[in-house]
Order: sequence, then structure tokens, then C-alpha cells
Amino acid sequence: MRLRSRTLRRAGLNALGVLVALVTLFPILWMVSTAFKPAVEIYSLTPHPFPAHPTLGNFRSVIDGKVIGLPYWTFLKNSLFVTLVSVVASTMISLLAAIAVARFRFRFRTSYLIMLLIVQMLPQQAMVIVLFLDFRSLGLLDNLLGLILVYTAFSLPVTIWMLRNFVAAVPREMEEAAAIDGAGPMRIFWRIMLPLVAPGLVATSVFAFIFAWNEFIFALTFLGTDYAKYTLPIYVTYFYGRGTVDWGSIMAASTLFTIPVMIFFLIVQRRMTSGLVAGAVKG
Amino acid sequence: MVRTVSGQPGRIPGSEGPASPAGRRGLARGAVPGGRGARQRAAVFIRRHRLTPYALLLPSAVAIGLLLFWPTLQIGEFSLQNYGIPQVTGTAPTQWVGAANFTATLSDPEFWLSLRISVIFAAVVVPLTLVTGTLVGLLLNRLGPKMSTFVSSTAMLAWATPAVSASVIFIWLTDPDGGVVDWTLTKLPSWLGGGPHWAGFSWTNSALPVYTLLTVLVLWQGFPFVAVTVLAGLKTIPVELHESARVDGGGAWRIFWRVTYPLLKPIFLVLLLLSVIWDFGVFTQAYLLTGELGNRDEYNLGIYAYDRAFTMPPSYGVGSALALILTVILLIITVGYVRASVRQGAIH
Repeated sequence: MRLRSRTLRRAGLNALGVLVALVTLFPILWMVSTAFKPAVEIYSLTPHPFPAHPTLGNFRSVIDGKVIGLPYWTFLKNSLFVTLVSVVASTMISLLAAIAVARFRFRFRTSYLIMLLIVQMLPQQAMVIVLFLDFRSLGLLDNLLGLILVYTAFSLPVTIWMLRNFVAAVPREMEEAAAIDGAGPMRIFWRIMLPLVAPGLVATSVFAFIFAWNEFIFALTFLGTDYAKYTLPIYVTYFYGRGTVDWGSIMAASTLFTIPVMIFFLIVQRRMTSGLVAGAVKG
Repeated sequence: MVRTVSGQPGRIPGSEGPASPAGRRGLARGAVPGGRGARQRAAVFIRRHRLTPYALLLPSAVAIGLLLFWPTLQIGEFSLQNYGIPQVTGTAPTQWVGAANFTATLSDPEFWLSLRISVIFAAVVVPLTLVTGTLVGLLLNRLGPKMSTFVSSTAMLAWATPAVSASVIFIWLTDPDGGVVDWTLTKLPSWLGGGPHWAGFSWTNSALPVYTLLTVLVLWQGFPFVAVTVLAGLKTIPVELHESARVDGGGAWRIFWRVTYPLLKPIFLVLLLLSVIWDFGVFTQAYLLTGELGNRDEYNLGIYAYDRAFTMPPSYGVGSALALILTVILLIITVGYVRASVRQGAIH
């Protein structure tokens, strides 16, 4: 009797888990399935969860870029360029800062950490107004360099905090032992610090990557009518609201934009969540 | 922006306690390898004056200072100016107008409408997200390891979905022609609120339906972070505590409020403050769902500020005044967040 009630409870919990997973996955599944549907099925009176006659037509029209007059690769290249450069820049800058706050005691250290916490919360829709005016006078509008600067700076508060925990976790004894053996600070950095914080660098770059890859407000505001400079989020919304709405193409564009992040995210998920969540809990 | 917690204390050992002298010297000694003359003299100067940490902080301080700190001060400056097209093109000088932008804003009924929408939205979405996230976190804690990984992976996918994709997906799901939500609602029996009147129902034409939709969207993207954070918290509670509470005859409800909640209170406080900050300031999703500045009576505070600043004729001064109001409101909540983090020992 006891055993049966336990099995029942387990089955109930598992069913609940599957239900949560299905409800959560539904919008994503619907996006992918619509992307493969021909127009007849998309606007059919009775929607079906899976395409009866899967087609690549929607993807083809997105990649050819018929709507906007430029191929998909232009925007993919822009997004990759902006994202990769800002990820490398913010990871390098935040590693230096993380070493400073994790390994040294100095005046203004606490103030600097608190400043990072506050600055991280500044609303982007407020900052975008002044940065638009500043970048306009600097000639950085319609310019991918402008986006790189913003993405690098805006991810720093979070990346520094994340890396700080990883740097602090490197045992000091290892550095001390190397120093006693006569290794210089640069050697200690390359041989001990860098390999040991590598997982932290991965987690940090994933965060910076997702932030820059997904960013919408600044790209929307800074990139005006020069389509050739658009990043992927702006390309995805370009379809939308232009006369007839072609949902097949929008979902195909959105799939091409979303799936890489998701795959990337699932690969590093465990490290990522432990890095992010490590924090939320005090042991 | 991806929702993360950065300011929380790490559980990683060795992160506490003062820097040992050897460690300090280890990295401080001669920041520049080899090289003679000026470079070496600079290295000696940095070492002698203990400037190494400042030198390491310099790049980040410059980037944050120029792109985050200085612009924040500029918001204050521009909010007191008449700043439009003539000032941008240089055909007219900047005019200081005192508090005119603020008085104009405060006497505009659209401002109060947008503020009300932002407040009500946060008041509805924050508790929903916290309760849903906590329930899923408790569920994950009870599931077996494989099932738990599966469910949390799907949740993380919702969390990782870019705001732009999530928005267009939800607009498509609720599209009046061919959207699956309207179709399902027409098929539902009438005692569940379904019926033929749902056919062709537009979710984006007025404030209540569009914010209902936005609530579901933000809940969908927001609950995974709460769930995973709560789960991480639950893992730190010794199993014996729950077991002894169960032996004492407590039901699940009682155990949660008597054991779990008091232990995880600091986590809930931080999650609460972060959710308020995020949901009060939600922009991308709200911007796209309300039709890219299409419906003025659906604006929240952030969209209203953006519209005043950029819609022709642009008024960057009024936009800055609104941006300042938004920033101040969020900073007040942030102060609560920082204090909670400090009390939790995040800054050591």
C-alpha cells in the first residue's frame, strides 16, 4: 500500500514535469513548425501542430532576402561581427577588473563593486536617448562600431561580477607556490590564473554573447535606414508590420536567429546556470 | 537583456578573507615583462605606489564611465533643455528651460496613463512570476535527476529565447487570422469562456488584451530564472530539516511557510526586487506587441519616453525628463536591491 502510493506520487510528479515542459516548449515548437509550413497550411482554418507538407520555401525567401533586397548573410555577418568583437573586448576588460577586485584590497574597492550593481540596473530605454545624441555628434550612428562600444560597456557590470567569483575561487596557494619557485607575475597569470578561470571565461562570454546577439533597443535606434548595417533582431522585425504580414517568413527568420543561441546555450547550460546561480545562494 | 543575477555572493570557497601578502605581491610585481627604460620605470612606479589594482580597473572604469556614467549625468542636463531638431542640426542654440519639460510631462494625461500601466503591469506580473517560478522550483526539487534536467532544460530554452523572437512568436500565436490561440478559444466549451465570439479577436488593439498577452509572454520568459534560483536554494537546505518537519506532521503548505520560506527569504527578496526592476522597465516585448509605437493608449512609461524623444518632431529634452523619472524610480528600487545584497554578504 505504502509502496503503491509512493509510485503513484512519483508518476504524478513526472506527469506534472512533462506538462510544464510541454507548455514551456509550445511557443518554440510552434515557431519552428510554422517556419516549415507552406502558406496554405499557415492560414488554414484549422491549425495543425506539424506541417503536413514541410517546405523550405520560407527559409529560402528569408535567405534570399527578397523582402528587404539584401541576403540573410549580410545581417548574419553584421550580428556575428558586432557580437564577437564585443564579447572578446568585454571578457578581456572584465578579467582585468575581476583580478583587481578579487585579488587586491584597495581604497574604493567596495564603492566600485556597489557602483557596478547600480549601473547594471540603468534602464536602456533611458540611456538610448542621450547615447543617440552623443553618437550622432561623434558620427557613430549607422555604424557597427557604435553598437560594439555600447554592448561592451553595458555587459561589463555583469561580466565583472561573474568573473570575480571565478577568480576568487582560484586557490591563492597555487600562485604563492609558483611565486616561491620564481615565476614572475605574467607567468603566474598565463600558467595558473588563465587555465583555472577558463570555465568562468566561457560562462562570461556566453552571457556577453547572448546580450549582444539579442540586443534590440540600441540597434533599432542607432541603425536608421541603412539596411546593409542591420543586425539580425532588426532584420527579424523588419518583416513585421510591412503591409501584408508573411508569418512563414517571420517564423523562418526568427528560427534562424533563435536556434543558434539555443544550441549554444544548451551546450554550456550547466556551467552557465551554475555560474549565474552560484550566486543567488549563500551556502 | 538576458536576465541574470550578478550581485550575489558566490558559494565558491576561498572568496572570503583578506588578500594574502604573497598573492598580492604575486601579481603586483612588475606588470610589464622584460623591456627596459620607460616601460620598466612605469612598472616600478605602479608597483611602488600600489597602483596595480587601479591599473587593472582602468579599462573597465573608462568604458563604464564614458558609456554609462557620463550619459546618466547628461540625462539630467538634457532634461532641463529645449532640445529638438534645430539644436541637433546646430541652427538654434541650446536653450535652458528650467523645469518646463517636467511641468509639461506632469500635466500630460498620457504620462499618467503610461505610469499607471507600468505600475499595474509590474504589480500583476511580479507575483505571478515569483509564484510560478517557486512552484516549478519546488517541483524540480522533487523530480528524479533525469526528469529534473529535462524540465529545467526546456525552461532554460524559454529563458534564452531572444525578446524579439519571443515577441513575434506570441504575436503570431494570437494573430486574428490563423493564430492558434483564437482558434482554440472558439473550440473551447462556453463554460470555460470559449465560443465563436473569439473568432478573429484582436489581442493588440486595446490595452487590456495586449497587456494580458504581455503578461503571459513575460511570465513565460521570466519564471525559469526564478525556478532555477529557487532550486539552487532548496539544494542548500539540509534534507533532515524537511524530514523532521514531516515527521512532526506538517503538510506541504505548512512546511513551505515554516521551514523553506524562512531559510530562503534572502533569495526571495532579491528575486522580488530584480523582477520589479525588470518588469517595470520591460521595453522590447511591449514595444513590439503594442505595434511599434502604434497605439498611444497602450504605452508604458519606457515606450512613452521613447516616443516623446524620437517620434517626429523629436523632443529629446522631454524624452530626457521622462528618462530621468524612469531612472530615478528604478534607482530607488535598486537601492533596495543593493542593500539586500550587502546584507546577504555579496560584497566582501
